[in-house]
Amino acid sequence: MLDLSQNFFELFGLPVSYTIDNTLLRERYRELQRSIHPDRYASASQQEQRLAMQGSTFINEAFETLRDPLGRAQYMLRLRGIDVDADKETTKDTAFLMEQLELREALSEIRQQADPLGAVADFVDTVSGKLNRVIHEMAADFENPSADKLDAIRENVRKMQFLRKLHQEAESVEAELEEELL
Amino acid sequence: MALLQIAEPGQAAAPHEHKLAAGIDLGTTNSLVASVRSGTPETLPDEKGEHILPSVVAYTEPGVLVGSAALANAHGDALNTISSVKRLMGRGVEDLRLLGDELPYDFAQTDSSVPRIRTRAGDVSPVEVSAEILKVLGKRAESALGGELTGVVVTVPAYFDDAQRQATKDAATLAGLRVFRLLNEPTAAAIAYGLDKGADGIHAIYDLGGGTFDISILRLNRGVFEVMSTGGDSALGGDDFDRAIAEWLMQQAGIEKPDSTVQVALMRAARRAKERLTTQQVTEIELEEPAWKGTLDINTFNGLIDGLVRKTISACRRALRDAGITADEVEGVVMVGGSTRVPRVRELVGAFFGREPLVDIDPDRVVAIGAAIQADILAGNKPDEEMLLLDVNPLSLGIETMGGLVEKIIPRNTTIPVARAQEFTTFKDGQTAMAIHVVQGERELVDDCRSLARFELRGIPPMVAGAARIRVTYRIDADGLLEVEAEEQTQGVRASIEVKPSYGLSDNEIADMLRSSVEHARDDMEARKLREQQVEGDRVIEALVAALEADGDDLLNPEERSGIDAELANLRELVAGTDANAIGQGIKTLEKACDFYVERRMNSNIRKAMAGHSVNEFEQEAD
Repeated sequence: MLDLSQNFFELFGLPVSYTIDNTLLRERYRELQRSIHPDRYASASQQEQRLAMQGSTFINEAFETLRDPLGRAQYMLRLRGIDVDADKETTKDTAFLMEQLELREALSEIRQQADPLGAVADFVDTVSGKLNRVIHEMAADFENPSADKLDAIRENVRKMQFLRKLHQEAESVEAELEEELL
Repeated sequence: MALLQIAEPGQAAAPHEHKLAAGIDLGTTNSLVASVRSGTPETLPDEKGEHILPSVVAYTEPGVLVGSAALANAHGDALNTISSVKRLMGRGVEDLRLLGDELPYDFAQTDSSVPRIRTRAGDVSPVEVSAEILKVLGKRAESALGGELTGVVVTVPAYFDDAQRQATKDAATLAGLRVFRLLNEPTAAAIAYGLDKGADGIHAIYDLGGGTFDISILRLNRGVFEVMSTGGDSALGGDDFDRAIAEWLMQQAGIEKPDSTVQVALMRAARRAKERLTTQQVTEIELEEPAWKGTLDINTFNGLIDGLVRKTISACRRALRDAGITADEVEGVVMVGGSTRVPRVRELVGAFFGREPLVDIDPDRVVAIGAAIQADILAGNKPDEEMLLLDVNPLSLGIETMGGLVEKIIPRNTTIPVARAQEFTTFKDGQTAMAIHVVQGERELVDDCRSLARFELRGIPPMVAGAARIRVTYRIDADGLLEVEAEEQTQGVRASIEVKPSYGLSDNEIADMLRSSVEHARDDMEARKLREQQVEGDRVIEALVAALEADGDDLLNPEERSGIDAELANLRELVAGTDANAIGQGIKTLEKACDFYVERRMNSNIRKAMAGHSVNEFEQEAD
């Protein structure tokens, strides 16, 4: 049966690397699920059904973790023994925090814009761009992860959580506006 | 590439032994059973050649009647003739109020939380009524296929919650059927189409029935169906089109307050007109009482229903957003449900997705056919079959946290089976029990979500607040059923529950909850902020009161004490109010006023802790 103790990269037969081949990941994910999903064991013994359920759940978790840039970074730090319980830590980069405040303010006033739907779409793009920059930085730092680089990654993980939340909120404003205007 | 070692699922079965399996579409109005025979999936008729079985059960003097025979009984014996029982599945006595007068049955007064309908044959539960329908379909399949069924796949609306799924599974078990899997209706439709056409890519399944609407976005890749998102509006369907026409008729004919006979006549005329307008440009309508005659053309009809159809388009837009894709990435649109016969629906859906919707398979049968294909595979008849279904949970599952807030543990549209865990801690010193409240829904406050289950983790070893580590794990299996477990990590105290709630969400509630989660997102944020501040305020007050009781008299002189008491009273007043910012300010002011006291306490505690220990010992422990 499936070895639930192997790391997620091994599970998908991929190198431990932050830069990931998403197409290959998805392909391997399908292959694995195809062989272990509970549906393949619907007429098998209870024991096999239980193991299939565990295996399938594990694969889902591994896939979700690796395909998400934030989850992947946290997981890779964890593999290096760094537990990023980021809920308890926060970035001390004041320039970044100031920018976050300004962005939030801009989002809260976006409804007053002449073309709020266009403005919020631009806003979402801006935040996506910032997220992508953070992802690129992390990818570069993971290439050669010295202690300094790992610190930088941790800092970027914290920043990414801010950006994620902002991105989510912007998208929900966009959804509200679409609901009202379209 | 050998990634891992796996037992072959088909191994146990003898090579050419074909196992009998069936797919059942257990509908609100009609039900069907289908099976794969000689490689072809088809719906199975009864001995009179009828494929559709009306979902009606009558408890009569000679015995139980199901289907058309039961329908015929409805006239004189309404109380003993049960229809639309699907709407009661997984519902509690409490939920009956919400359904109002729509279900004209005699409900028994019981202590049980499951409603029971009073009939000639005694009190019956919705699960038992559904089991009667399933029994008939099971027997029909066995006589058509000539042997005993090894198992069935029963379809449920994608929006069915945990309780409704559980009730459906229970009904099948009660009918003596082994359930391989519960399958979401839109996904069943996709299977029916996807395999026939071998169409890879992203597909949208638009399912508009008589009273409900479902939209699912799926990705098909070499036989693997991944459900990317699912959404809908469970209080919108073809019946609303009828109502729109009926209202127009009332205007045209000058009817102000129709009695129930006129209402029935209006609805019947409306339905007929709607049906004729699927093939004609204009139709005549004639009412007898009051006498009226006129015509309804397709443009007028379209105008009447446009608002309704556009609501379904909004839901499609949401589902696309949840899936993280745009309309032009959708490569095929599958139409399911009788109401998709309305040309305007096809037109607007086609325009939104920018392509002609697929309507090749009879929309009434497509769900049963998909279920039959899945049942055939699950029975192990196709060991080389590539098809696999990866489904998602339709609604977010969360846990109640302090202040009546919801923390989401498994967000909606997460691929199942799934397990997610979260750690929580104790709120008070010496706390030995923790209440776990499992909720389902998208909103931020517990009061706005649906309660699924409550249980308590007891026997937590007494520790200071925040020291215990309670791990709560949510597991959803491949049928979409939930199991929750809580465990105290340091001592391994465990409590778990299989969530079998006595009631579930009504379809309308689900729709409303989703709609209002969008509408109230902002209100929620405000409310959430206030609750958070109130909880924080209470926590500060409680901690301070406990401290003052313990050593306030020893460490404070009367003047210092009265200063702190004044700020304490001030914060109490603020917490009772509704100004989140003022509470935040009050907390800060009180904390500042207490700084010196806190410092004294710390010093006093360190002295106490150090008493009896040598400095040397202390240092060793610190290492």
